[in-house]
Amino acid sequence: MTLLREPDHGTPVKDGAPITLWIDGAEITVPEGTSVMRAASLAERQMPKLCSTDNLEAWGSCRLCLVEIEGVKGTPASCTTPVRNGMRVTTRSDRLARLRKGVMELYISDHPLDCLTCAANGDCELQDMAGEVGLRDVRYGMDGENHFDAASKVEPDTSNPYFQYDPAKCIVCSRCVRACEEVQGTFALTIEGRGFESRVSAGIASDDFFSSDCVSCGACVQACPTATLVEKSVVDQGTPNRTVLTTCAYCGVGCSFKAELQGEKIVRMVPYKDGGANEGHSCVKGRFAWGYATHSDRVTTPMVRDAITDPWRKVSWDEAIGFAADKFKAIQAAHGQGAIGGITSSRCTNEEVYVVQKMIRAAFGNNNVDTCARVCHSPTGYGLKQTFGTSAGTQDFKSVESADVILLIGANPTDAHPVFASRMKKRLRAGAQIIVCDPRRIDLVESPHVKAAHHLQLRPGTNVALMNAIGHVIVTEGLVDEAFVAERCEDDSFARWRAFIAEERNSPEALAPAIGVEADLLRQAARLYATGGNGAIYYGLGVTEHSQGSTMVMAMANLAMATGNIGREGVGINPLRGQNNVQGSCDMGSFPHELPGYRHVSDDLVRTEFELDWGVSLLNEPGLRIPNMFASAIDGSFRGLFVQGEDIAQSDPNTAHVQAALEAMDCVVVQDLFLNETAGYAHVFLPGTSFLEKDGTFTNAERRINRVRPAMPEACGLAEWQVACRLAAAMGYPMDYANAAEIMAEIARLTPTFSGVSHARLDQDGSLQWPVNEQHPDGAPIMHVDGFVRGKGQFMLTKYVPTDEKVGRKFPLLLTTGRILSQYNVGQQTRRTANTRWHTHDTLEIHPHDAEERGIADGDMIRIASRVGETTLIAEISERVPQGVVYTTFHHPISGANVITTEYSDWATNCPEYKVTAVQIFPTNQASAWQTEHEAVLATHYRVAETAAE
Amino acid sequence: MTTADLIRMANQIAANFAAHEEAEAATAIASHLRQFWEPRMRQDLIAASAEGRAEELSPQVLSALALLQQ
Repeated sequence: MTLLREPDHGTPVKDGAPITLWIDGAEITVPEGTSVMRAASLAERQMPKLCSTDNLEAWGSCRLCLVEIEGVKGTPASCTTPVRNGMRVTTRSDRLARLRKGVMELYISDHPLDCLTCAANGDCELQDMAGEVGLRDVRYGMDGENHFDAASKVEPDTSNPYFQYDPAKCIVCSRCVRACEEVQGTFALTIEGRGFESRVSAGIASDDFFSSDCVSCGACVQACPTATLVEKSVVDQGTPNRTVLTTCAYCGVGCSFKAELQGEKIVRMVPYKDGGANEGHSCVKGRFAWGYATHSDRVTTPMVRDAITDPWRKVSWDEAIGFAADKFKAIQAAHGQGAIGGITSSRCTNEEVYVVQKMIRAAFGNNNVDTCARVCHSPTGYGLKQTFGTSAGTQDFKSVESADVILLIGANPTDAHPVFASRMKKRLRAGAQIIVCDPRRIDLVESPHVKAAHHLQLRPGTNVALMNAIGHVIVTEGLVDEAFVAERCEDDSFARWRAFIAEERNSPEALAPAIGVEADLLRQAARLYATGGNGAIYYGLGVTEHSQGSTMVMAMANLAMATGNIGREGVGINPLRGQNNVQGSCDMGSFPHELPGYRHVSDDLVRTEFELDWGVSLLNEPGLRIPNMFASAIDGSFRGLFVQGEDIAQSDPNTAHVQAALEAMDCVVVQDLFLNETAGYAHVFLPGTSFLEKDGTFTNAERRINRVRPAMPEACGLAEWQVACRLAAAMGYPMDYANAAEIMAEIARLTPTFSGVSHARLDQDGSLQWPVNEQHPDGAPIMHVDGFVRGKGQFMLTKYVPTDEKVGRKFPLLLTTGRILSQYNVGQQTRRTANTRWHTHDTLEIHPHDAEERGIADGDMIRIASRVGETTLIAEISERVPQGVVYTTFHHPISGANVITTEYSDWATNCPEYKVTAVQIFPTNQASAWQTEHEAVLATHYRVAETAAE
Repeated sequence: MTTADLIRMANQIAANFAAHEEAEAATAIASHLRQFWEPRMRQDLIAASAEGRAEELSPQVLSALALLQQ
């Protein structure tokens, strides 16, 4: 489409009783609390304005939006004047025109007249307003004291890699400062100085944007009405001229973006105001870190080799697919149908994932399909299905605006889900309370205008004990919502749980020593959650990546049911998904025991439906999970793997074990953008497509199905689903679709929760939150409103079973892992952007006491060892972690964070126990043996032969 | 997969059903193994139990394996 300019009604939407007024004689009815400016805009009498924009509260400083109101003296600002019943407003008159022109004269008298060479030429509100008021000259001239001539100009701040700040063009409207506060909630910006000296400042005077607290979300740039804050890409390339609406491919928030282009070249990504997940906000990754899509490291030609130490040979698609199919067929002939399998990716669209799982079930002839959700949110699927009946979060993101008490467990939204964190912080500033359960002191414990009511700094591995202690208080202190439980939950399972949880062994006093939090604090937190109004639980991988990850999910569901905090706005169980399409990849039947729509492969009726549609017999037994595949590879029974967009050699635990498994296989096929860590052990490389090249859908953490539209053609010439179809055909199972919409039509035909979904419907409605079916024709933002999907809610017994991973004399510290704002998971994408400036290497956070005991200073190189391996990291002395706990990220392969994590996993799903590894650390001055070996592998396993493709 | 891994995983499942009554726990463990374990894993565990590794398995797992073989 041509460049999409969204309407800006000047001030935010309000929700009040209807008010009717007349604007320039036109009658309009709007909610109480609406500004005259907004009402005028809705009545198609758009007001001139500079300091207002409709995602910020009115400010009233620019004086351009003056109006006349019958019976009111003077000319009030329409942005700060609320509507009243019967009000009669005049927006255009000679007097108002004179006043507005006078205001614009003052603005322009201190603004460089360089419009033709300005980066915002054609996209500048100041320019627009000068035009609108008919400004033709400036009576004051341009020679007076100003901010733009050579003598007074302050050089632009270009420290941020993605945008620049030019004070010469600033009109001090404060939109940037207010966006940083109201939208992002970081409070990094301020107006420094008074009067003529007023300037936007990122922190204290000595700070530039890069060194300040600015998180580069881009809200200030978006809010700026001039070229004061502008994307460097616009400065370099010029303004865009067309828009493609699409969805970000980073975290599970799944923000909607306007990809703004010149031809097929992306100029910038701008968050889309009508995007349900983000409503016009963004973070540094989605907004700016998209350059990897055209990075020179992209591999766009298929490659093959016989052995992993051979150089890669560039070949045609046909040869690569034939090579892979021949290898897979040979493996099956020699070792059985179950000797191969595949892994789908949460970075891929629903359509791509669906086709890969179909290829495995129908063409490979087994159920050895798994997905990267295995290592993140598989316990969510298990736990919520057991208790509520379906494997999904219960709320939309907007629901947090109605929460009164937020129980945040094992999640760090300001780093990992920043756009949702901004929503959450906004609600906290409005008065909601937050209980943070995390071994680390994350930003939401205390940051500007946010202070947690409680920080339960539990010992890693004791989540279930914590939930049980809270449940004990709720039950024994009479805080159960008896009416809700009686109406909505199973009598038997509740009675059994009530008896279990009331046992003394589950009391805060009994469990406090294990948890490491005082019993009284546990009691206070429990009372607050149960009695503080709408209680909402939000959680992340700090819940799931434990040996009791599934138990923990069920324990949280128990609490929500017991307190009646489910089935309406402001409450619920909310998994914050790691990748953008974790929900979707699970929905699409990526697990070895489930067909699309979470239906077990042993269900004859369901399986028959697929068999009839696909024209093939399907197995009725579950296949291998990812950890099972690795173990079976090492024992020789599993010998071929198709890996779609997941870097298992970096992301999965116990790297040596994973590498041994990959080395043991006869054929590993990697479909990805880059020669990643796994590709070093692969025999076939099939180029993938970035999200900017994909056509399909992503489903975010709130079950929102969003369209992903191609902004540029596939660099490798084929869509990923086309590659999977060709491989399936080469394996003997013809699979063909005309386009991605046709794949979605098949998904809808076979998946009851998607039965009302189609690309055409999504194009029309923007997005839909499943289930979309006869019962919920327009989707369901909130689930379990009138009843649980399984009928009555089921309480589950959640015995606390301590992990087998114990600290001791040899390994006295507990390592836990996480991610940071600027980088994303294994870093394949973000490491190929300027985001690396914020995070050049992974560090190990260590408490000052633990560091001092070991003679470790900040910045020292340290060796960290667990029972399975060791690596080196740079020490970062920090009181964010408690004594006895160390923490690292895993964004850089050379860090080898997963060299030390172990094979222990969740009892129900085998989700790895990343969050608890017993370790010891020592000062060192040399790389670990693994790191040395890794360097060698880089030299031997990634060579590409010079021969050209056909 | 190694027998040791299978035994560890099965015992871990049993530990998480330890708050249930014994018969119910055995049924739940058997159901879990049937629903989520690839058949070769179940067969290998049953074989290991029959071939002298039974003492490494919790009583609830043994009961579950008996149910699986019915």
